[in-house]
Amino acid sequence: MSVHTLTAARLPFADLAVPVAPSGPWQESAWLLVAVPLVSAAVLLLAGRRSDRWGHWLGVAASAASFVIGALILVSLLQAPVGERVVEVDLFDWISAGQLTLAAGLRLDPLSLTFVMLVTFVGSLIHVYSVAYMDADVDRRRFFAYLNLFVAAMLLLVLADSFVLLFMGWEGVGLASYLLIGFWNHRTEYAVAAKKAFIANRVGDLGLLIAMMAMFATVGALDFTSVFGAVGSMDTSTATIIGLALLLAACGKSAQFPLQSWLGDAMAGPTPVSALIHAATMVTAGVYLVVRSAPIYEAAPDAQLAVVVVGAITLLFGAIVGCAKDDIKKALAASTMSQIGYMMLAAGLGPVGYAFAIFHLVTHGFFKAGMFLGAGSVMHGMNDQVDMRRFGGLARYMKITWVTFGLGWLAIIGVPPFSGFFSKDKIIEAAFMPVAGAEWRAWLFGSVVLIGAGLTAFYMSRLFFMTFHGEKRWTTAAEGAEQHPHESPRLMTWPMVVLAVGSVALGGLLSIGGVFTTWLEPVVGHTEHADPVLPIPVIMASTLVLVLLGAFLAWRQYAASTVPQVAPAGSALTRAARRDLYQDEVNDAVLVGPGAYLTRSLVYGDRQVVDGAVVGVAHVTVGIAERVRKLQNGYVRSYAATMLAGAVVLLVVVLVTRI
Amino acid sequence: MTEFPWLTALIVLPLVGAAVVWALSGAARRRAREVALGFALVEVGLLVAAFTQFDVAQAWRHQLLETRPWIPQLGVSYAVGVDGLGLLLIALSVLLVPLVLLAAWREQGDDHGRARHYAALILVTAAFMVAVFAARDVFFFYLLFEAMLIPVYFLIGMFGGPQRRYAAVKFLLYSLAGGLLMLAAVVVLYLQGPRGPQGFLTENLVGLALDPTTEKWLFLGFFVAFAIKAPMFPVHTWLPDAAQNAPAGTSTLLVGVLDKVGTFGMLTLCLPLFPNASRWAAPVIIVLAVASVLYGALLAIGQEDLMRLIAYTSVSHFGFIVLGIFAFTSTSVAGASLYMVNHGLSTGLLFLVAGMLVARRGSQLIADFGGLQKVVPVLAGVFLVAGLSALSLPGLSPFVSEFLVLIGTFARSGPAAVVAVVGVVLAALYVLWTYQKIFTGPVREGLETMTDLSSREKWVTGPLVAAMLVLGFYPALALPYVNGPAHAAMATIGVDDPPDLASGVIATEGTDGLGGGDS
Repeated sequence: MSVHTLTAARLPFADLAVPVAPSGPWQESAWLLVAVPLVSAAVLLLAGRRSDRWGHWLGVAASAASFVIGALILVSLLQAPVGERVVEVDLFDWISAGQLTLAAGLRLDPLSLTFVMLVTFVGSLIHVYSVAYMDADVDRRRFFAYLNLFVAAMLLLVLADSFVLLFMGWEGVGLASYLLIGFWNHRTEYAVAAKKAFIANRVGDLGLLIAMMAMFATVGALDFTSVFGAVGSMDTSTATIIGLALLLAACGKSAQFPLQSWLGDAMAGPTPVSALIHAATMVTAGVYLVVRSAPIYEAAPDAQLAVVVVGAITLLFGAIVGCAKDDIKKALAASTMSQIGYMMLAAGLGPVGYAFAIFHLVTHGFFKAGMFLGAGSVMHGMNDQVDMRRFGGLARYMKITWVTFGLGWLAIIGVPPFSGFFSKDKIIEAAFMPVAGAEWRAWLFGSVVLIGAGLTAFYMSRLFFMTFHGEKRWTTAAEGAEQHPHESPRLMTWPMVVLAVGSVALGGLLSIGGVFTTWLEPVVGHTEHADPVLPIPVIMASTLVLVLLGAFLAWRQYAASTVPQVAPAGSALTRAARRDLYQDEVNDAVLVGPGAYLTRSLVYGDRQVVDGAVVGVAHVTVGIAERVRKLQNGYVRSYAATMLAGAVVLLVVVLVTRI
Repeated sequence: MTEFPWLTALIVLPLVGAAVVWALSGAARRRAREVALGFALVEVGLLVAAFTQFDVAQAWRHQLLETRPWIPQLGVSYAVGVDGLGLLLIALSVLLVPLVLLAAWREQGDDHGRARHYAALILVTAAFMVAVFAARDVFFFYLLFEAMLIPVYFLIGMFGGPQRRYAAVKFLLYSLAGGLLMLAAVVVLYLQGPRGPQGFLTENLVGLALDPTTEKWLFLGFFVAFAIKAPMFPVHTWLPDAAQNAPAGTSTLLVGVLDKVGTFGMLTLCLPLFPNASRWAAPVIIVLAVASVLYGALLAIGQEDLMRLIAYTSVSHFGFIVLGIFAFTSTSVAGASLYMVNHGLSTGLLFLVAGMLVARRGSQLIADFGGLQKVVPVLAGVFLVAGLSALSLPGLSPFVSEFLVLIGTFARSGPAAVVAVVGVVLAALYVLWTYQKIFTGPVREGLETMTDLSSREKWVTGPLVAAMLVLGFYPALALPYVNGPAHAAMATIGVDDPPDLASGVIATEGTDGLGGGDS
């Protein structure tokens, strides 16, 4: 492959590491990370019913194997000096045609390895959980095949060393997501949700395709090293176009405004899927893309600002929706959207934010996956009920679920010393960092993230109290089924326990001495911290006050008072939030309706006008032929006249064409 | 010339096969399908042998050459030879034939007479397909271009659906109209050339100093014929009718291979014979190609008949191919060339699996299906793979070609590429919507007992799925065959690749040793 010389001096961050060749057996066999789960998925799909008995365990083993390989590579990378922690593993010549020369290769660096560990660790836990959760499903083996396919695609996405290979993983996770959301596609609405997710993602994919077209036209290459190396000689408008196009892709994958509408519906998938794909990993791929493309964004301040704005809008959007949802999974989905908004905002802040975006992404992966598994455990014990208005008082009946979920709750609302406190607080501080020449940004975005923190505390506490506290509002025998909530089997509870441990300790552990941000420096660069526009203690104190206020309001309304079993009418804002701020209505009015009309008109036009013209010509020809037949009256005279006329026509045609 | 005549053998063998199948009498007619399949498989073996004789490092050069005088008085020669692209398209044809025969195994029931005719006609079509991609004589090419219509006309008209006569005649008239224009252009071109006993040989007609106006008219004569064949908007309306009424196997060959003669002709005849006119017409053709991409996709979304839907998806995909050819970058041309092969695999699989579905249900209306994923999971899975290939999912081979077309086009014409890329979203819509309506939701009444793919049907679909996966993950197997011809095409029309930051490196690598391409 063509590696063009890096012009480090022109790079926005001078200490960007230069890739080195792999060393040691594990780095060289990094392709196994992707291959093992991929082969396992293929085996499970091809073996069919024959593998029903052991298929799920093969799936677990494949995911765990990737984790072990990932851990070994991580160790080898930690042993290497900091300057040699970006490793390029060339695999084979992939797409070389015309002006494009592209090898398939993997990039092992702190950023990709962070994702590898997150995906395979959380992924393996969720695989184990699913063994029990999907126990009664006749298609459990196929479910594990899709989960493995997802793990393989997600690892390819984060390990790819070029935008094209990244795109392959990007579409692969989209496919896995489609298959898993629609896993129970005999219910039409689930099938529709799956399709909606894929289409919304495809709209985002246009962005990635356009970005690649622009990169190729300017740089002539699509591997990270060449593209990032050429950023210095790119003009700002090109970098901005690429940055905005990448942002569009990120919006699709990470359910960010305005492509957010699919995530809530995606909760149609089995709950482990929601935990793994639609909370911990795939939906955060947009953040990965932005952070990975940091050199481009550094050269495109306007695109960066757009990232921040999208993040700010989405974090408020999700938080508002989250306050109104009664479906436990949809409330969690809204929360995911909002939390990814935080990450996106941080990623848009530039070097002060990259590391914290990824940091929050990792801690969020643990506590949100834990809470989704908790929600699944609740549903397991409550006959698949998802309406929180029919929960209540479950703490006594599902102690492990309650405790593990509670720890996740404390983590996400940002109570010290739980994980979320460390990661979210840093984003809030970063949002308050002054931007030269645009002081308003620090105040505006700082306030948005502060308000978001308060709202997060409210909706997550609402969710927690409605589910586990207050009086029981379970369905009764008279309503169809009497509820007998019970704790879930161990295969389900111990993954929850492990994730809860992460929710408690991971943030603190990774913050000690800034170990995580230092670890990421070879990829995202090193920055000296300026001072935020407000003193840090003031920011911290206001955050805590807002968090406590939000939690208190939720406690007063949903734990200390009676929660109605049927949702009250609510204010206009509540009604709008329940309908996701009318996102579907807007999409229908702007895209779906006109699109259907256009398609219908074109179908009509194709028959009547385009084909009609041809058929018309045919009819006219037949008509002329009829006339001509009548002219064949046997008189030599008229034949001669016709021939003359024909010759004249021919002559005219020839003369005219010569002109 | 003393070597074994590989291409002639590849042309003659299926013809012999057809003759044998027709000559079968009495009880032996029951074995007509087996005999035909046997010939088709021997043909595959012959193809593999021919591949070993082809030097891929010189894929830009025509190889396996044979040139014999045929009608020297008129300047017509029997001249065959292939560059990398021609060889790949021949490979596509030869590989699809046994699958198509196998797919139609039970279509004619116990009517062995009809089954015999069907198998023989497929073999005749196979011979024409090989010949047309190998022809190096413009008149010979033209003859094949027209002669191919005959077996397909009978395949549609004898074995098709309720409106088969209308569809067959429409197909024939449309193609003949294009063919006549081309014939006129062929004759005029000959008169402009060196004439003599080899006056129609393509290489003798390349690089003529044509009067600009004449060149434009000749270009249009060829191009319109190819645009109808391809088919491009707005001369596409014969295809939906043909696909709706033709048997699935015929549609596979018709859309998967025969229509490629249109785009193949644009690339290997229009461009080298009329380079100036090609550049002159390119802007308009690019607009039409982009229109085809969007128009075909939107029309596909609105179809109620599964086979018509697939036909319109092909109009969209042909738009991408034409776009890649006339964007005039080595990347887009290489992508368009590979697209011809990949589209054959993808649409072939789509037609074949749709045919299996339709045969089970007895209806082509999408609304007559529902919830089948639970009933026939393997069929559903294969259909989904075919659909995903149509929407160019990475990992399946069509992605590579579509991607090369897009990035190659953008460098020349940003707006065209950006508008065309919307087709990617529309493709997701028509594929997933169709899948949703046919395979998801509650099982429709009466369909609970539908049987899943038989092992014969798995043998039909399996190779295509495998081929798309292999070429999707490792396109380097096929790319060298189209890369050389793409650079050669660029050289013949005298257009340079647009510059980029790395072009200094790439340009010297890319043009080394290409000299004067002879395609």
